[in-house]
Amino acid sequence: MTAADQIRETITKNDVVLYMKGTKMMPQCGFSSRVAGVLNYMGVEFADVNVLADAEIRQGIKDFSDWPTIPQLYVKGEFVGGCDIVTEMTLSGELDALFDQNGISYSKEAADRIREANKG
Amino acid sequence: MPIEAKDIEALIRAAFPKARISVQGDDGQHFAAEVVDESFKGMNRVQQQRAVYASLKGKMDGPNGALHALALTTRAPD
Repeated sequence: MTAADQIRETITKNDVVLYMKGTKMMPQCGFSSRVAGVLNYMGVEFADVNVLADAEIRQGIKDFSDWPTIPQLYVKGEFVGGCDIVTEMTLSGELDALFDQNGISYSKEAADRIREANKG
Repeated sequence: MPIEAKDIEALIRAAFPKARISVQGDDGQHFAAEVVDESFKGMNRVQQQRAVYASLKGKMDGPNGALHALALTTRAPD
């Protein structure tokens, strides 16, 4: 199976997938940690793929998404963005809307607490 | 090889000659860039940032890429 096939299968089988450096329990990069932290805090169930454990996937996901950096978030098979976009969407409420549209369960209260803490 | 904020700005400028561009960061590896350009109208953030990454011509790539971290903010002018 090629890296692209593997990625296609992963993002089809899982509603929410985060390609990241490290794991959701032990992120190994600040940017991956930030996105995994938001998802964990919001109580979103997601599959984590550690790109540091597989060089082919590490390059493969960049080619697949046409996106040069990690982390990368996929929802229902669609590329959502990297750390900056996910952060902006969390603070603007767009991430809530995306989860609502796709029937992904999450804690609205937790999302509101993140926004409350980042008011500025 | 370290890269400077003005190098990043020049690369982005070449692709977006009329954009409002600000690049901050002075440690040679971690930068924050904001790019505001008319061409972003009608594009979503992923499309906007893909275009900016493309202008950096592979500098973001790989463990030896000059640019380890670039926090990007993109939007069309109000």
